[in-house]
Amino acid sequence: MVEILQNLATGFATALSPDVLVYAFAGCLVGTLVGVLPGVGPLAGISLLLPATFGLNATSAIVLLAGIYYGAMYGGSTTSILMRIPGEAASVMTCIDGYAMTQKGRAGAALAIAAVGSFVAGTLSVLALMLLAPPLAEFALRFGPPEQFALLLLGLLVLAYMTSGPITRSLTMAALGLLLGMVGMDTMTGLFRFDYGLAELGDGIGVVPVAVGLFGVSEILLSAGQAIKTDVRSPRLRELLPNRQEWRESAAPIGRGTVLGFLIGILPGPGHIISSFVSYSIERRLSRHPERFGHGAVEGVAGPESANNSATSGALVPMLALGLPSGAVPAIMLAAMMIHGIAPGPLLIQEQPALFWGVIASMYVGNAVLLILNLPLVGIFVNILRVPYSYLYPSLLAFATLGVYAVNNSVVDVWIMAGAGVVGYILRKLDFEIAPIILGLVLAPMLELNFRQALAMSAGSYSIFFTRPISAVMLVIGLTLLLLGMRSIFSGAAGSRGIIGLDPSAGGEPGAKP
Amino acid sequence: MRSLTIDQAAGAFFTAFSLFVLWESRKIPFGFLAEPGPGAMPTLLAFTLLACSIGLVVGGRFGKRMSAIAWTEWRHALFILGTCAFMALALERLGYRLTIFVALIVLVAVLEKKSWIASVVFAACFSFASYYVFNALLQVPLPQGPLGL
Repeated sequence: MVEILQNLATGFATALSPDVLVYAFAGCLVGTLVGVLPGVGPLAGISLLLPATFGLNATSAIVLLAGIYYGAMYGGSTTSILMRIPGEAASVMTCIDGYAMTQKGRAGAALAIAAVGSFVAGTLSVLALMLLAPPLAEFALRFGPPEQFALLLLGLLVLAYMTSGPITRSLTMAALGLLLGMVGMDTMTGLFRFDYGLAELGDGIGVVPVAVGLFGVSEILLSAGQAIKTDVRSPRLRELLPNRQEWRESAAPIGRGTVLGFLIGILPGPGHIISSFVSYSIERRLSRHPERFGHGAVEGVAGPESANNSATSGALVPMLALGLPSGAVPAIMLAAMMIHGIAPGPLLIQEQPALFWGVIASMYVGNAVLLILNLPLVGIFVNILRVPYSYLYPSLLAFATLGVYAVNNSVVDVWIMAGAGVVGYILRKLDFEIAPIILGLVLAPMLELNFRQALAMSAGSYSIFFTRPISAVMLVIGLTLLLLGMRSIFSGAAGSRGIIGLDPSAGGEPGAKP
Repeated sequence: MRSLTIDQAAGAFFTAFSLFVLWESRKIPFGFLAEPGPGAMPTLLAFTLLACSIGLVVGGRFGKRMSAIAWTEWRHALFILGTCAFMALALERLGYRLTIFVALIVLVAVLEKKSWIASVVFAACFSFASYYVFNALLQVPLPQGPLGL
């Protein structure tokens, strides 16, 4: 414990240094804007702004990106409550009771509960992240190539299982991402694969142009030509105080949302979205007056908003402790770390203590900054919606092009971004989840290297994956999830995926935007 | 004739794509199962994609049909993609500022039909301000083109 406190003190020294503090503030500010603007979710926001971090050191870059991630969760509630427009998918559930509260003249109270719930959940979940990640990383130091391979495979299979829709769809996307990751030089032999004579493809297909194209450009293409008219109304400062009953009714949902969000966030998949849906249904089930839900129940705001914030910290646990991204946003953050020359994995916390503890401390600071930003300044953020989309999306497109080009000073990357934009646009029109593609692309080189190294260790015997206990357990879990996912396809049964709302045939699709 | 379901159409496309990857992988040494070479993983992954694609076709017989999808925004999307292609072609030839200036005018004035004066002011402010921020402040080298723009 003393060691943790010492490390945290070092982290605060980093986080409170002027430059890191500025980037934490900038990340929170941009994240709030990203959350407020409908159609620009945290994924698109981080993808578009990733290139802006290249000029920074690794700690500042991760602090900035993490700030955007959890800042978007705060900002997403604002438009959901005031206008019934979810700024991002995780705020869909907040629309229901948040907007109903607005119609009853309790908009200020709903905003305050959402912000306080987010703050409490954000702070407590960072505490849990801080306590859980170092021992998990220490445990993972026992991992050799077979365990690493099994872990990466398990991560992909859990993501495929947790993603909405049939598992064959998400597995197809993961396989596509892994195949894209095969382009470029083979690290073990130096042989070039699928490069078609293009020198720019020798290093492989970059994560940045693919992420910006898949998430950012496709978002622009999907929303092109749609007139977004907004009736902007912002509450006054004195209206932002919930009454005693509202505080009392919110306390338990905030606590439950915090725990639930963190646990769901750790699992691969869109944890911030799923957790808000699960939290809402749990609160309704636990309520003595479930009929109030949908008509302005404050628990319907407090629970989901706490859960989605807590899930963002949970998602950082496997990323920082194991080097395993649990979804698209952590995958992009992992790519940012690699761009800065930092190898992800269990050694990260030992080798880069300033980065790890700096990020942790900055998240404490960031949550406090967001509470200040999101309550008194809510009126200013709402006014951002007055910027016409016909000016906003050209700026985002120009910024994406600039950023993608700046990575390698290569127009090939701009072409890849445009191509990925088309692919993302078509796949999203067809209701395919695109997050597994980016995860596959990031994990492919590690997966292949560990697979071949493991076989080299065992002189070509595949039994190495099943005779080592950690690897065997992970592969058995992965295989079980695969079979469970396949079972619902062949039997038509909703199964456990349907119960938690991942199977659209069973009703409700968490990943879907309204 | 009824159109294909989304899963059938996507499955057919990915089947073709995986077969293409398998065909291309034949040029890369596979090695042996016990000692995989650089071609082994792409081949295994292409087979995985093939299996998933067939699973999509077989399992997707009763889903939503392709004809049910409304592509209402396709003209806008195509125009934006055209602008992306222009930026890729022009960036190193015309320079950053001129390319972005032209692209923004095309999008705002031509596609979105905003006033030309507002479009020119917006495009000029964005292209020059972003160049200053990235090139001068963040030290990111951006192409200047023959006109120094």
